[in-house]
Amino acid sequence: MELNLGTKIKITWCPGCPNSQILVAFRRAVTELVSEEKIKIENLVAFAGIGCHGKISDYLNINSFTSLHGRLIPAMTGAKCANPELTIVGFSGDGDSLDEGVEHLIHSAKRNSDINIFIHDNRVFALTTGQADALSPKGFKSKSTPFGSIEEPFNPLLLVLSAGATFVARTYAGDFDGTKRIMQEAVKHKGFSFVDIIQPCLTFFDTRDYFKEKIYWLGEDFPTNDLKVAMEKVQEKNNEKVPLGIFYNIDKPTFEEELYK
Amino acid sequence: MFENAQKDILTIGVGGAAGDGVKKAGIKIADFLRGRGYEVYVSFEYPSLIRGGHNFTRLSFSKNRIWCDHSKLDILIASNEESVGLHRSELKEGAKIITDMPLPKISENPEIIFSDIENMSKMPFDTKTELIDGNTAFAKGLQAAGLDFYLAYPMTPATSILHYLASKQTPEGLKVIQPENEISVINMALGMAYAGKRAAVGTATGGFALMQEAFSFAGMAELPLVVAVAQRQAPATGVPTRSSQSDLRFVIHAGHGEFPRIVISPGDSEESFRAGADALNLAWKFQVPVIVLLDKILSEHLMTSVLDENSISIERNENIIFPGTPEKIVKVTSYEHDENGFTTDKPEDIKKAVERRFEKMGKIEEEMQNIETVKILGDKESENVVVFFGSTKCPVLEASKYFDKPAKLVQIVWLEPFDAEKVKKELENKRVICIEGNHNGQLASLIREKTGIEIKDKILKYNSMPFDPMELAEKINSLWS
Repeated sequence: MELNLGTKIKITWCPGCPNSQILVAFRRAVTELVSEEKIKIENLVAFAGIGCHGKISDYLNINSFTSLHGRLIPAMTGAKCANPELTIVGFSGDGDSLDEGVEHLIHSAKRNSDINIFIHDNRVFALTTGQADALSPKGFKSKSTPFGSIEEPFNPLLLVLSAGATFVARTYAGDFDGTKRIMQEAVKHKGFSFVDIIQPCLTFFDTRDYFKEKIYWLGEDFPTNDLKVAMEKVQEKNNEKVPLGIFYNIDKPTFEEELYK
Repeated sequence: MFENAQKDILTIGVGGAAGDGVKKAGIKIADFLRGRGYEVYVSFEYPSLIRGGHNFTRLSFSKNRIWCDHSKLDILIASNEESVGLHRSELKEGAKIITDMPLPKISENPEIIFSDIENMSKMPFDTKTELIDGNTAFAKGLQAAGLDFYLAYPMTPATSILHYLASKQTPEGLKVIQPENEISVINMALGMAYAGKRAAVGTATGGFALMQEAFSFAGMAELPLVVAVAQRQAPATGVPTRSSQSDLRFVIHAGHGEFPRIVISPGDSEESFRAGADALNLAWKFQVPVIVLLDKILSEHLMTSVLDENSISIERNENIIFPGTPEKIVKVTSYEHDENGFTTDKPEDIKKAVERRFEKMGKIEEEMQNIETVKILGDKESENVVVFFGSTKCPVLEASKYFDKPAKLVQIVWLEPFDAEKVKKELENKRVICIEGNHNGQLASLIREKTGIEIKDKILKYNSMPFDPMELAEKINSLWS
């Protein structure tokens, strides 16, 4: 069966926005997963929060649930509990799930709910026309921080690792194949999967040149079952190198499995 | 043994420090009496702490229907000196004080029929009735109507719903989840409804304040949801272990924006049971959020009740499609959307969407004709009318035994939608007194808004304590004298 994952809705992201690259990578990931019979298309649900990323559900011809700002994660867990057959993916932003709904992110990692979170990480509030957020670097000048942000940012990967996430990865939106592969691995992982997708905001925080020089993929020999190694790796000095790949991938009973025991 | 009683009613108080078993002893006595065919009402008064402090359980019982406990005591059972001091002034003439400690040793009093307290549990009990509080009755109503999930973050006075249902979980049936906060609670429930499971959440009004945005989302996305809101003395943290009826306006207007919702306000345990079942069925039938408004008194006080589970059916809505259905795509969103679930900002689409959501109001109003959304009790022909809502029903009905004049008692059960026509018919050109547990007379203002009838005589109580039926009767009698 030929999958038609597109919709007639006009895409309103800025021209060249890496969100479109994430959309394409996801469509490709889904097409392959369905053709390999890893998932059933009718069982796939795309959740989204509110922010630029959240428009993605209108561009996907699959089941979707666009939540309130920051609240997609509890809704995802709810749907998974209600029907464990569903494959639950959630598109969220750093403003969405590291500011507004950060408590849900931490707690869903803690309970190891079998859901997949893809963070469109642009390190700025974009849809509200550019304010500093929880991942903006200290000193970041924006409309709400004209003299530079006075707060240190979170390291989102370290945060979810310490909260109990069982799958933690990072990718770069510009790398279609890398993003597609990571998304597929996340979906195949049983348990809470967190994927940080670096997505430079061309309008309010263009970090393309910065990241292009610093990103590199972890080698195939990188151990993904060692929490200490993962925690060290995700803290690799950001201003020197930015590793991409799967940092951590372990098997643990999921919340939904425990619930139905 | 009723010579000293107020008509045919006896009242027992059990006082002591928190942790002394004051509540347990009271319940044991009450259930013993219920088993012997007495009607019993039990109230609990306690501060927000774990050990120490003064706890007081009071029960009134009678061979006839009893709606509420009385404040004058025939017997005081005290586990410490403080309790005797605190309640001496409430003793009737000739009342007995039992101070043997610890509490289970109260058995020595020969005059009391429940002398053998240690063996009570072994006695054959009447199984037709049960001694039940509003929260547990509400929870049983949810279960009877096919509840799949209950979610809550602990908050007095709603917590006992969580405790009760948590204890009733089964591997394949009911599941209970306690997420990180109320915001997670309600959003998780919405995800469950989307995926096809019947979910209910419960909280006190402060917790419901945290749920506002998602409550509005349920309205926007037409996701079925039941919310139990148990009022306590507010604003803010208020007085956690005390009651109030000050959130009527809050719940009927809950959530930003305009969307249909149903608000049911039961008045006793039997009505709470019915409300739980109706709420779940109505939420799914009409795809609307339904609130069941409780309060500390209704939530926690025990009364002799008969819950008829056979009268409840599980009404499903075959028109709703859930994700997982081959060839179907189910899209839900908090944005304004067209019929296929795609975001829209076109004025004509928006107008259509608002009207589509409000279309169901007509259907809900039709449904109201089959439900007693306004109850007429007492003397239906009387020119003297008492109007009230929620747990105030109990002291009003108890007080009505002592009214000098016959009175019609009008209980507003559905606060939203509001049956203005019926209420107007019952109140127009009558001598009406409105009785509420709040400062602003919110029910009276709602009645004025909906019917144009202004009620001048109001009895308002906002010190967090329940109405005392004798005091209430006295006030009502003086207003009608």
